[in-house]
Amino acid sequence: MAQEYKLILKYADEPGYTPDIECYLRHGGYEGLKKALAIQPKDLPDGKKLSGPEQIREDVKVSGLRGRGGAGFSCGLKWSFVDRRSGKPIYLICNADESEPGTFKDRQIMHKDPHQLIEGMIISCFANDVKLAYIYIRGEMPEGAKILNQALKEARAKNFLGKNILGTGYDLEMHVHRGAGAYICGEETGLIESLEGKRPYPRIKPPYFPAVLGLWMCPTIVNNVETLCNVKHIVEMGGAAFAKLGTPNNTGTRIVSLSGQVKRPGYYEIEVGKATLGELINDPKFGGGLRDGRKLKAIIPGGSSSKVLKAGEKFKLKKKDAEGKEIVVETDMLDLPYDFDSLAQAGTMSGSSAIIVMDDSVDIVEALANLSEFYAHESCGQCTPCREGALWMNKTLHRLTHGQGRKQDADYLVKTADNIPGGRTICAFGEACSWPVQSFVAKFKDEFVAKGAADEERRAQEAAGTAEPKQLAQAHH
Amino acid sequence: MSTAATTETKPAAPVIEKIKVKVDGREIEVPRLTADWSGKLTPTTMIQACEQAKTDVPHYCWHPQLPVAGNCRMCLVEFGTPAMGPDRKPVINPDGTAKIAKSPRPAIACATPISPGMEIYTTTPAVKQMREGVLESLLINHPLDCPICDQAGECKLQEYSVDYGQSASRFVEAKVHKPKAVDLGPRIMLDAERCVLCTRCIRFTRDIAGDDKLGIINRGSYNTIATFPGTPFDNNYTLNTVDICPVGALTSKDFRFQMRVWFLKETKSLCTSCGTGCSTLLGSREEKLFRYTPRDNAAVNGPWMCDAGRLNYKWIQRADRLKEVQVFGKKNTWAGALYQISDRLKRAQAGSVAIIASARQTNEELWLISKLKAKLSAVSDSVARFGEADKLLVSADKNPNTNGARLTGICFTEIGSNLPQIAAGIQSGKIRTLIVFGEDVTKHGLSADLLAKLETLIVSDILPNETVKLAHYVLPGAAHAEKRGSFTNTKGRVQKFMKAVEAPGDARAEWEFLHELVHNVTGQNGFVTIEGLFNEMAKDVPAFNGLNWAALGDTGVTVQI
Repeated sequence: MAQEYKLILKYADEPGYTPDIECYLRHGGYEGLKKALAIQPKDLPDGKKLSGPEQIREDVKVSGLRGRGGAGFSCGLKWSFVDRRSGKPIYLICNADESEPGTFKDRQIMHKDPHQLIEGMIISCFANDVKLAYIYIRGEMPEGAKILNQALKEARAKNFLGKNILGTGYDLEMHVHRGAGAYICGEETGLIESLEGKRPYPRIKPPYFPAVLGLWMCPTIVNNVETLCNVKHIVEMGGAAFAKLGTPNNTGTRIVSLSGQVKRPGYYEIEVGKATLGELINDPKFGGGLRDGRKLKAIIPGGSSSKVLKAGEKFKLKKKDAEGKEIVVETDMLDLPYDFDSLAQAGTMSGSSAIIVMDDSVDIVEALANLSEFYAHESCGQCTPCREGALWMNKTLHRLTHGQGRKQDADYLVKTADNIPGGRTICAFGEACSWPVQSFVAKFKDEFVAKGAADEERRAQEAAGTAEPKQLAQAHH
Repeated sequence: MSTAATTETKPAAPVIEKIKVKVDGREIEVPRLTADWSGKLTPTTMIQACEQAKTDVPHYCWHPQLPVAGNCRMCLVEFGTPAMGPDRKPVINPDGTAKIAKSPRPAIACATPISPGMEIYTTTPAVKQMREGVLESLLINHPLDCPICDQAGECKLQEYSVDYGQSASRFVEAKVHKPKAVDLGPRIMLDAERCVLCTRCIRFTRDIAGDDKLGIINRGSYNTIATFPGTPFDNNYTLNTVDICPVGALTSKDFRFQMRVWFLKETKSLCTSCGTGCSTLLGSREEKLFRYTPRDNAAVNGPWMCDAGRLNYKWIQRADRLKEVQVFGKKNTWAGALYQISDRLKRAQAGSVAIIASARQTNEELWLISKLKAKLSAVSDSVARFGEADKLLVSADKNPNTNGARLTGICFTEIGSNLPQIAAGIQSGKIRTLIVFGEDVTKHGLSADLLAKLETLIVSDILPNETVKLAHYVLPGAAHAEKRGSFTNTKGRVQKFMKAVEAPGDARAEWEFLHELVHNVTGQNGFVTIEGLFNEMAKDVPAFNGLNWAALGDTGVTVQI
């Protein structure tokens, strides 16, 4: 049976655990950093030497760590793209702009165990020869910013930060920067623009890959809070040991944010792929099942941008059998292992590992209207398809949920959504705003059509005088 | 002095490696690097390669002279690159060609560098669909007010809608409403509903004009171009944003609602407001000028011009233009006046005539004057006009043709240095005849009292002034928009300009009556056309040797000054 596995949140929820440095030190804090700083150059067979930082970078590769922010990109690979020959400073930014609807994992770390993040960051900075790092924290998290600033102060006082860290000659400074309340600042190049004091318009790639032309046009690493915390554990336990956690290519643990109509919403840390969606929702150790008398209708498996899964959907998953031969297994959506690759095979993603559960009391059209309002509000408006499409979809859904629907609105919506994703926009927001629409309508089309048809019928009755005109809410402008 | 004229303005570009790419199946060779907006060599992009292949890639935000923004998404294309095997070697098709791996995602042609063997596809169904999608997005909240929009006729939204769009709209929602008739600054109006948010104006004023005054406010579909609160968009280059605005969002307060652009006749001309000599297009209809716009000339002004120069045309149509030939205060004819003037000049004692020409006159006119000067042993000069320069285009020399005046020998290194000598000559009675072209000399050290001492004062000008009032002979001249000719700018660029409108009344291009006068006085002949005149001048003036009118082309030739 699936179990919680607490690596990042090992101590955070223990009674009496506090976010101050003394408590962190009592729990073995900053030992990973000391270990990292003490790594001696290693001789290679070819006579070359591998420096301590290089060994850490290698170990992160070995660990198989994948980004916890949403895209699931290999952290070691990301670090390997950094332009180390430019002569320009290298920056590291912690992306703490956690704003994907349904996601509330990074907040737990920052609020309860800020030093773990800071230690992970210092090690990552050391590994990448970074002298200045930023924590870009979501504007709506003032408490987190306060806690982090206090923690940075404490870390400086103990010389974990600042000049000549622990007598090793390594200098590092770190600052907290608060966002101003825009979802797009979670997009790494939008974040960089915002950090530079500009409007957070994501940059075009090419040429502005952060690893080469990032903050102030210098090589820059942007990693998620949870990803950076993992680096501390990789150094402490070794990359190979870390890679044994979870499943192949889906290593380590993930903190899952579980919300929606389950009995025990909350956050649960699991080994990646060692629990299924069904277990996370129904197991008493996790979600504890739906409310009594309710049936599952749909799951958004990886934050609001991920494509919805419909109850009862079956997927053909490629797996390896005992002999290592590739086989195809028909898998119910509830039996999908909660990892990066299985959900990708199911046509969706584990994203920011935020599961939103919807039971049969949910009006799926209303649910999508709610989501689309978020995206229409958050599209930065830089590039055409997303700027116009996000609001258009929202207006259509608003109409459809306010008595002005049409039968053809389902197709009309999808046609609008189809204009946005697939590399037509500068950043992935285009996908984020259109995937929910495409997947909701594809999987629940009958509900969209029925709503439009009902509206048409009612309007016909009103026109014929056989029904009282319905008072409609103010339409969007 | 007589170095061969050249069209080169910069040292030869370094040799750049060429690479082969295919655009819609056609192989072309393009340089691996191309100069970007700032002149820096950067990897050649797909849109630049397509341009060389003469393949149109529609675009709104991309502009060759601005930093790349990549936001409009109109230039999305599909592409493929040579497929690589596991051995990192190109995979070869059975027919020996390189196998191409088509990218699953499109790319914006404006920002994506080309690579050897790349294939760019601009006509696939997917590209067509993407263009339709972008146009649909741009149009859903657009007011569709072409009938009252100044941009109609030169609007990229109109043009691309016809070329790449769909004829019907499926949009049934309420449109977004945004501010209209926004007073952005003294010369610019914004209609935010027409704006496609390409940010060309923002990039222009930030990166070219150096006045970071425009930005975007609000978010998403409500995005709106705006100035910082309380600060008007007011620098000397604001009207360029109207030119580069691909739609009718930014309009010129001067030109808006004045004339439909398709009625305008466009005449290639030059700006006369300073020594830079920006290439311009004069928009006129039925002998009336409506607007000046810059004409792209990499050797002079690029695609830009300053607001001051652009709006400096109203005087041409002033009601008090000199329209009559006058002899001693009475209306006369050109024949009558020129007969009398010729007679007086022929009888004038050598050294008794002074000529003050204008550095606003053309090379050809100044050269004709130099012929008179030689024959009459006259002392000559013109009037200096200096002001402030800026970093972009405006020159400190406010005369358009100071170099022309120098090269034709009308004035010398220090323009205006002969004026005191002329004043002294009049005072002493040595100079008894003064010919003035286009200058109010009473403002330049030759007072009305002094001019009253002259036996003969011949004045050719365009607008009335104190000198004209004192003239014995008034010869009404033509503005540059009313004639042809050439100027030599501060850097030695010789450019020609064409005639847009007729001069009012009896006013005549100076070169026309000058050539008559030169013939009468000196006996020289043969310059009845501007082409012939220019070519004669080119033979005679060392700096212009080797030039001819036709070879000046649209953008001119640089000579050594």
